[in-house]
Amino acid sequence: MSLHVDAGHVPSRAAPSRGRRHEHRNGPRRFLSWLDLRATPYMFVSPYFILFAIFGLFPLLFTLWVSLHKWQLAGEKTFIGLENYTKLLADEKFWNAVGNTVGIFLIATVPQLLIALLLANALNKKLRGRLFLRLGVLVPLITSVVAVAVVFTQLYGRDYGVVNWILSLFGVENVHWQNAKWSSWVAIATMVDWRWTGYNAIVYLAAMQTIPKDLYEAASIDGAGPRRQFWGITVPMLKPTIVFTVIVSTIGGFTLFAEPVMFGSGLMTGGTTGQFQTVAMFIVKKGFRDFEYGYAAAAAWVLFLLILLSALINFALVRGIGRSK
Amino acid sequence: MIHSSRRGRMLAAAALATLTLGVTAACGPDDDAKPAEGGSGAAAAEPVTITLQTFGGGKNFGYDEAVKTWNAAHPDIQVTYVNLTDRFEDTYLPQMLQWLESGSGAGDVIGMDEGGMGLMAARPQYFADLGQYGLESRKADFPEYKWNTGINKDGKLFALGTDIGGMAMCYRRDLFEKAGLPTDREEVSKLWPDWNAFMETGKKFAAKIKGVGFVDGANTVYNSVLSQETGKNGNVTYFDKDNNLIVDKNPGVKASFDYVQALSKAGLTAKLRSWTEEWNTAMQKGQFATMGCPSWMLGVISGTSGEGNAGKWDVAAVPGGSGNWGGSWLMVPAQSKHPKEAAEVLSYLTGKEGEVAAFKEGGNFPSNIQAQQDPAVADAKNAYFNDAPSGPIFSASVAKLAPVFFGEKHAQVKAAVEEVLVGADQGSIKWDEAWQRFVDEGVKAAD
Repeated sequence: MSLHVDAGHVPSRAAPSRGRRHEHRNGPRRFLSWLDLRATPYMFVSPYFILFAIFGLFPLLFTLWVSLHKWQLAGEKTFIGLENYTKLLADEKFWNAVGNTVGIFLIATVPQLLIALLLANALNKKLRGRLFLRLGVLVPLITSVVAVAVVFTQLYGRDYGVVNWILSLFGVENVHWQNAKWSSWVAIATMVDWRWTGYNAIVYLAAMQTIPKDLYEAASIDGAGPRRQFWGITVPMLKPTIVFTVIVSTIGGFTLFAEPVMFGSGLMTGGTTGQFQTVAMFIVKKGFRDFEYGYAAAAAWVLFLLILLSALINFALVRGIGRSK
Repeated sequence: MIHSSRRGRMLAAAALATLTLGVTAACGPDDDAKPAEGGSGAAAAEPVTITLQTFGGGKNFGYDEAVKTWNAAHPDIQVTYVNLTDRFEDTYLPQMLQWLESGSGAGDVIGMDEGGMGLMAARPQYFADLGQYGLESRKADFPEYKWNTGINKDGKLFALGTDIGGMAMCYRRDLFEKAGLPTDREEVSKLWPDWNAFMETGKKFAAKIKGVGFVDGANTVYNSVLSQETGKNGNVTYFDKDNNLIVDKNPGVKASFDYVQALSKAGLTAKLRSWTEEWNTAMQKGQFATMGCPSWMLGVISGTSGEGNAGKWDVAAVPGGSGNWGGSWLMVPAQSKHPKEAAEVLSYLTGKEGEVAAFKEGGNFPSNIQAQQDPAVADAKNAYFNDAPSGPIFSASVAKLAPVFFGEKHAQVKAAVEEVLVGADQGSIKWDEAWQRFVDEGVKAAD
């Protein structure tokens, strides 16, 4: 963009320098050419921003406005200032949902990204049927998330689930996976991982292929083994990619919705005591089951801030990768 | 990017739902403007078009035939029947509330599930007073429960009943036989004149057969006991008639809670939650012997258990003799431009002819007493359930059903406290702490 503007500068400067007095009278035309040079680039990029303003910015601000009211669907709408927020911050159910979301995010994302990294490293080697394997790890991604959740929920069934059947071979009693926090979190985390590990692996693989070969050759000559090369060259070189996947996973993790909903037989309560109710489910429950739009809007804004905050924290943490080396 | 496509999917689904509703919404007013087809050319006046909006899967309200009959007989009032969605709770109800609030979009006659009645009764400004159009005269047609729920907080009649669930007790003949209990439905009904006798029967059953629940779970039993307790406690459950929460004060609620607790502690439930995979599988495999059965549940059982289990299930009377689960009402939104004609259509659909037609088409059990006595309903037998005479069984269960006042947030409180019951039954909540939690959750949901 700046290039175009600069390119336009030269003739525009050149032309008036010859006939600045002429152009004086020709105000409108001058204005038009100025507009052409200065505004056209903005016009070209404007569709995105206009759409963003309608579908992104407006809902965002409107949600903020709603969150300052006691706003019931087809009910009362009274301005109450920050009362929804103070109530929300004291609402243990909300914090329970935040805890669940962070907990599921951690036990899903940490192993997911580590496995993806190792998987990508393996796929980067010379293997038989490499293309087939590389495509294979992407297959879970093209299955519908609801289908994944339905199948996994059956696998984790209490009475007839495959997982419990396997555990019973080792003498473990039937686990009611929905009943406890740890078990429901593990079940949901496996659904998330099954679907997203391959995707992250492919992203890492793509980044790995941009690492210059001579780095590895030099390292080999210096006597570095494959493991040393992986941690000393591959991981530090992947840092920007890792930052990207961590931020994207953070956003995905904090808005986790479909898997826990399906796991809890379609209810927004996330288990009988909210064992696996995520913040997104909390918002839907408040807004569309209890019709407390104001309260749900406040929760949505807090979620937005939480995502920003945790993305920043993760960014800071991940930026440190490889620095000690 | 790809993570947001997960979110995108949900958004897309939501957008699609909104779009579908939006399109049908757009159809409503359009149809009003357009002269209806099929009206006889001789009719001088422009026919009035009444839009009828309902929800539900399959045959939903079962009004295809009834509407056809009406339209043929009334060239001046043409009914357009639109089933908006199969999802009541998360699609139909929020959308309808938005339309009611914005003053346009809602049909001239709309269907409403029991779960939305408390909310609607607390918002009289959105509905026409049906008493104005002479429908007060219909009182004798309905059981007290059905009629009273159609009275809003201003004491005006705003809704008339369509179908009703009623309550019976479905039981597995094969399991009863194994346990040495009678299998004939008359004798089985005699086993449990009240809920205590039901529990005693359960204990006998459990002594003979291990690893099979006597009932599926906590909820149906709880609701059936509660509906009988309601009559003893001034016809209120979670809210008194001034809309104050009384979940902790109503002895009927505590009694129902205690009964379920005793049943669960005695190990008589299969610890299942309705509408889960486990529940379906347990039904197919005969992992529980009885289940509270509203009329529509018969279809659920036969569909889920499959042909292989035909004849194994049967239907007996519910302990205590009355109960209900589910059912709907019709109402006329105040925004309707033709409330008088809409009320006529509403009266027809909730009348004997309309409800019998809906029963024939969709199996929706009529709440209208005259319709219940029609041979098409009264003599109906269910082949899957050993030709059980379902008509009389369900009619009996609603005849003495106590009317109940639904508070504005009845549905939310009901959902929240029943969640505690399921949790305690399944073991995620200790029974010692369950009552306190039950009350706390009720208070939070009413807030």
